[in-house]
Amino acid sequence: MKSILLDKYGKKVILLGNEAIVRGALEAGVGFSSTYPGTPASEIGDTFSEIAKDANLYFEYSTNEKVALEAAAGAALCGVRSMVSFKQYGLNVSSDSAFPLAYIGVRAGMVIVVADDPNCWSSAQSEQDSRYYARLAHIPMLEPSDSQECKDFTKIAFDLSEKFSIPLLLRTTTRVSHGRGVVTLGKIVKGKKRGRFNKDSIRFRNFPPYIMETHEELHKKLDELRKISEEIDINFSLNEGSRNNLGIVTSGVAFNYVMDTLQDLKLNLPVLKLGMTYPIPGDKIRNFIKNLESILFVEEIEPILEESVSALAKDVNPELKFYGKKNGYLPRSGELKEWHILLAISKITGVKSQFNPIAQKEEYKKLSVVKRPPVMCPGCPHRASFFATKSVVGEDAVFGGDIGCYILGIYSPYETQDFVFSMGASEGVIHGIKKVSDQKAIAFIGDSTFFHAGIPGLINTVYNESNPLIIILDNRSTAMTGHQPHPGVGITGMGEKSKVINIEDIVMACGVENVMVVDPFNVKEMEDAVREYLQKEKVSVIVAKRECQLLAIRRKKREGIVIPKFGIDQSLCDGCGICLYQFGCPAIFIDNDKFFIDKDLCTGCAVCVRICPKRAIKAVK
Amino acid sequence: MEFNIIITGIGGQGVLTLTNIITWSALKEGLDAKASELHGLAQRGGAIACHVRFGDKIYSPLVLEGKADLVFALEPLEALRSCYFGSKKRTVFLVNSHRSVPSSIFIAKEEYPSLSYVLDSLKPFSNKVILIDASEMVKKATGDIIMANIYMLGYACAKKLIPLKRESILDGIKEAMPERYIELNRKIFDLGFKANDVTIGDEVEF
Repeated sequence: MKSILLDKYGKKVILLGNEAIVRGALEAGVGFSSTYPGTPASEIGDTFSEIAKDANLYFEYSTNEKVALEAAAGAALCGVRSMVSFKQYGLNVSSDSAFPLAYIGVRAGMVIVVADDPNCWSSAQSEQDSRYYARLAHIPMLEPSDSQECKDFTKIAFDLSEKFSIPLLLRTTTRVSHGRGVVTLGKIVKGKKRGRFNKDSIRFRNFPPYIMETHEELHKKLDELRKISEEIDINFSLNEGSRNNLGIVTSGVAFNYVMDTLQDLKLNLPVLKLGMTYPIPGDKIRNFIKNLESILFVEEIEPILEESVSALAKDVNPELKFYGKKNGYLPRSGELKEWHILLAISKITGVKSQFNPIAQKEEYKKLSVVKRPPVMCPGCPHRASFFATKSVVGEDAVFGGDIGCYILGIYSPYETQDFVFSMGASEGVIHGIKKVSDQKAIAFIGDSTFFHAGIPGLINTVYNESNPLIIILDNRSTAMTGHQPHPGVGITGMGEKSKVINIEDIVMACGVENVMVVDPFNVKEMEDAVREYLQKEKVSVIVAKRECQLLAIRRKKREGIVIPKFGIDQSLCDGCGICLYQFGCPAIFIDNDKFFIDKDLCTGCAVCVRICPKRAIKAVK
Repeated sequence: MEFNIIITGIGGQGVLTLTNIITWSALKEGLDAKASELHGLAQRGGAIACHVRFGDKIYSPLVLEGKADLVFALEPLEALRSCYFGSKKRTVFLVNSHRSVPSSIFIAKEEYPSLSYVLDSLKPFSNKVILIDASEMVKKATGDIIMANIYMLGYACAKKLIPLKRESILDGIKEAMPERYIELNRKIFDLGFKANDVTIGDEVEF
């Protein structure tokens, strides 16, 4: 983190891909940055938040990605360079405004960073390939393959954006965002932080019939950018002219897997590496493929280059054979691994590797390796909320899931996430279920998620009259992505105090008549609230308010408050197992059929004390 | 020259910290270095494996299956989970023998593997396994088990399991850690470094 602000031209440092993007923005003179946290993009915003004051720029955690993109657009329209960053679904959320922004254009460089997550390492929704958005929205796109390129491409993106008055997309994938690597620093540029909105009655109003003019203008910009794509050195080829029949077209992190594979196989195949993947450089590609017999496409997620390059081959090399995701040489789902590429090239060329990843996998499959799924932390207030709710309604009710730490409620013993769609969807879907089914239905939604996309769904249940129980799990933080603040906390991305917006006030203002704020650690009270509200004829809301235990522990340590530890009195414990089998606290374990609490893991929440029927759990030293 | 490490353990054990320190330490020796981390959902008390590679020129941030030179495991079950990165030809496993049993094992009534099962299973994937109870050693020294990662790093450096100089790693700690933790971490590193002289681990050669 310290390296981000270093003003030492030419110095080499280690940066995370996400940090390198921030450094690139500083070297491009960025003045405004916004985000809504989402892994694998989260550290971009968090790094901005940490350095904003020292770097003399503005940063905010917006309420959602659409607002974040609009805010960054507003700054860019006033002539201030801006960056907005989010994960792949953030681009979906923001797309309503991203599409017209391509027509409207910008007055200073604006970069939209989108982080895709092949293999869904940090996401639970889909393996979305955001490169389709570039084509759909007509927004040019760059794809860095490591930290150095993250920094360099960010600068290029700002310059191209400003030169052509069009926003640019910078697409990363998890292994780029969360890859570390050596970065050679450039000069930090002090950019404009203040600007002015100068009216443009045609472009900015974006209203028919002028839209057809701006649409035409957009195509002209893309024609010019196509020429840039032909010339720019981030689209380059290697080993051309070598006597080989197979060539490789690649982009992003996959380029690195290709280079290592060629080294392993001692092959010198021609490689075309595209850093700018929209618009693609048609002539450069035609030139690359015209003398080849076959071509292998190595790209993360969908066969996008495979489809667009195949179309070009018809003119210059109709006999060209294609290998890639479409004919099973590389997998269509999951992230690419070096061994996929090793096997594909071996299969095509007949050259064998000294490594045998298949044999490794076969040997590994013989082993019994028990799972270690991620869990809610010891003392997590969500666990108490789930336990209390389940103890009242049992397995019978439908549980609507949402996006946040509480998604871990999918695991046994909770199983309180019967479906998961997207941010805020617990409410929308549960409303539909309630309209056609007499089942009891409960939606769980987090605090930050409620601010992000939960309010329209809640109003819909009131206006269109359904009666689910909505439990807002308010742990006073956007915990899953790294404890970013939100409007309910009253701290901004600049680290300053702001107005605290209470969730219960919003709920009441939406017209909900049954609203209760409950501390989920008070299990009895939580159970009573659930029991009462499930009988209501109108929608009801419980705000389960309790600070995230990780934050609470940190705060208590800071304030010198002693954190109590608990133990099980073996003379009282009858081994019923509620604390482990139903409450599922990770600090509780079994040894020789007896239950114990691991003092190193216990965070002193004392919920187990309240739920133990034998009152066998007591504070210990 | 090229050296590949898999660092594995449980979210919260300091796998990411080690990854960052080693990557910096390699740069301090003028080498190219890359690493791959996992954040978010992968972190919450779940299994986590990070990759670090350094050498003259490094492309991929990921280690190819069978190509690890060192598997640095902060927990035995996690050594087992990542064993396919190792191979008989080149791989040393450095394993913290301190078990951390996930509660899902009790809930699903599964069995946590015995240390001898782990050792037997690592056999086809390694030429040497070194077991040390780093958590216990650190607890004795500091009263807390959480810095076993740095202790093991010191041990690995002294035993030349990582081809980087002590000074480079101390510099790496300085770059990768917040100011207020640097001195403590350097102290724990040196505890592990000096542990080289006493037999604290079991070494199994295959």
